Amino acid sequence: MISPRRIGAILKKELIQLRRDSMTLRMVIMIPLIQLLLFGYAINTNLREVPAALVDQSRTGLSRALVQMVEATQVVTFTHTFATPEEAERAIAASDVRAALILPHDLARRVSQSRDPAGPGKRETKRPVGQWIVDGSDTMVAAAIRGLRGMPLAELVQQPANAQVPTFEVALFYNPEQRSEVNIVPGLVGIILTMTMIMFTSAAIVRETERGNMEMLINTPVKPLELMIGKIIPFLVIGLVQVAIVLGLGNLLFNVPINGGMGTLLAVTLLFIGASLSLGLVLSTIAKNQLQAMQMTMFVILPSILLSGFMFPFDGMPKPAQYIAELFPATHFMSMIRGVVLRDATLVEMAGGALWLSGFTVVGLAVATFRFNKRLD
Amino acid sequence: MSDAVVETHGLTRDFGDKRAVNNVDLRIDPGMIYGFLGPNGCGKTTLMRMLTGLLTPTEGTARVLGTDLPGNAEGLKRQIGYMTQTFSHYRDLTVWENLDFAASVYGYPRKQKKSRIEELLTRYELEGQVNQLSGSMSGGQRQKMALAAAVLHNPRLLFLDEPTSAVDPESRRVFWEALFDLVDDGTSIIVTTHFMDEAERCHRIAILEYGIKRLDGAPPDLMAGLKAQVVQVEGNNLREAKRLLDATPDILSAAQIGARLRVMVRPEIADPEGLVRKAANLGASGMVTGTRANLEDVFVSATTGEAT
Ligand SMILES: Nc1ncnc2c1ncn2[C@@H]1O[C@H](COP(=O)(O)OP(=O)(O)O)[C@@H](O)[C@H]1O
Ligand SMILES: [Mg+2]
Repeated sequence: MISPRRIGAILKKELIQLRRDSMTLRMVIMIPLIQLLLFGYAINTNLREVPAALVDQSRTGLSRALVQMVEATQVVTFTHTFATPEEAERAIAASDVRAALILPHDLARRVSQSRDPAGPGKRETKRPVGQWIVDGSDTMVAAAIRGLRGMPLAELVQQPANAQVPTFEVALFYNPEQRSEVNIVPGLVGIILTMTMIMFTSAAIVRETERGNMEMLINTPVKPLELMIGKIIPFLVIGLVQVAIVLGLGNLLFNVPINGGMGTLLAVTLLFIGASLSLGLVLSTIAKNQLQAMQMTMFVILPSILLSGFMFPFDGMPKPAQYIAELFPATHFMSMIRGVVLRDATLVEMAGGALWLSGFTVVGLAVATFRFNKRLD
Repeated sequence: MSDAVVETHGLTRDFGDKRAVNNVDLRIDPGMIYGFLGPNGCGKTTLMRMLTGLLTPTEGTARVLGTDLPGNAEGLKRQIGYMTQTFSHYRDLTVWENLDFAASVYGYPRKQKKSRIEELLTRYELEGQVNQLSGSMSGGQRQKMALAAAVLHNPRLLFLDEPTSAVDPESRRVFWEALFDLVDDGTSIIVTTHFMDEAERCHRIAILEYGIKRLDGAPPDLMAGLKAQVVQVEGNNLREAKRLLDATPDILSAAQIGARLRVMVRPEIADPEGLVRKAANLGASGMVTGTRANLEDVFVSATTGEAT
């Protein structure tokens, strides 16, 4: 039946070819390294220092104090000052600033009104003390500025804070300081593996054809399954190296903890690598050349990254999108790796995802093996 | 009867509308070199791929080493060796690594593998190239390596698809010596070629044109059996002479080869030399001599569809 010797022959040959292909080898190391540094530092979902314009029509000590308070939140930085709201709107249109704060002439009166706890019988309408004009096209920026709406003015009017009691108390588990890196680094493992594993294997079979080796190969007694297994093993190892780089450096540079057990981590990762590789192999048996393989890889990678929950929380997606997302191995892995790394989840707790990944691997391998034909017609 | 290594009946293969191999019947006995002779595109490779189980025939059947095709070709793989027309081993692997791969795939145990590869390297004079990447070798060296890989598992039947089309004459000579050694050891060989001199070295050949087998037999028999008389013409103005001969009904063909015309005349003509002298309007300077038919004459007459 399946011969370990023939699998060994394929494996050895693949390793030699890989060793001589310095470009691929460099990519294997550089992709996780660069992406970790890039995303670790660049992606930040807590917005800070949005450039904003200031239109201060009241020009009083009060308005200057208010501006200082707003800047102290660090949500915005005032980079421009204008005399009229129209100028500020133009600056927003020109993308010089993302938002503008307009403080009206009667700022002092409005503030004092807001201080009055709507005295008895005094039903004078209260008005906001100032207005924000926001470039709402980026929802993240808009949300950050909206967060300023309810900024307390107690300090401003030198009155003991009428200490507001929040409706809810929020206890933040697992990432109490709300650092984006803690969520991004484990997710990055999924992204990098999806990219590299599918990409490398999607070229694995067509390459034999393109380089003219297929006719020789299918004339030997090698069996399709032996070929598939021999081609997968080197990338299993490469995938693990990449995971080690991302999680290791993530721990070193970004202080991302690894709370879970190493055994669980290894199992989860191997399952996902296996699923990605077998998916790549299937693509490789469909593609006629390496360019087609690359196109198909892109076709698969993009939705699996976008829907995986790496960029947008899975729970926020509409139901149909969630169903589609659950087809992709990356989605399951994303929640599993975050589970292991951040919450110390066990394999039993994640049995559903683990089963899906195992099934995906087996089915993928079977499809690739079945599709691979030892004939030229 | 059925100890033939290859036997085909009505073997046919279409690619879309194009019929690459057309209704070919073959019978190839063991212990010989059998050649498929024909111009490029006549279906040699397609025929060979059907016999190795790589292509499924559109129609017809083949029996190769007792295995019926189309059918389960897997069992056949260990008994046949196949050297493809274009070099199909790994160019980014060395000679040793390529042969090591082949040996492992064919199931050689570690110890035997090493001695078998060393034996082949010596036999095919590749010791100096052991650690050279196969992609960086000369055509002749690549061809010897491909042969070594094809015979590594001691196949009973060896398929060679235009093995010498990319090598110099000296390498060709050495290569054919190696083939005769293999036959001597009991291997049967099927080889394709478009070279007459190579075809002449084969024990038997089949002449193919447009996928159709025009003629087969042993080269000496084919030459002896040519139904035409061959005459050579030397002299001035051979182009004009050829035009005149082409227009003459009893002349089957006239072809210029260097400073000569090679002319085939219908067998029933009593004085072919006289006819040619007259038809070609040769003056006193012209020289006409009768000569023996060669394989090229056989090929020309077979593929122009006459005198067979
Ligand atoms: N895979 C294929 N698809 C379409 N046409 C093919 C294919 N292989 C061969 N042919 C056609 O079949 C004919 C015979 O080709 P081939 O067997 O390669 O000839 P030869 O080996 O004698 O040069 C040619 O006209 C060629 O174009
Ligand atoms: Mg050919």
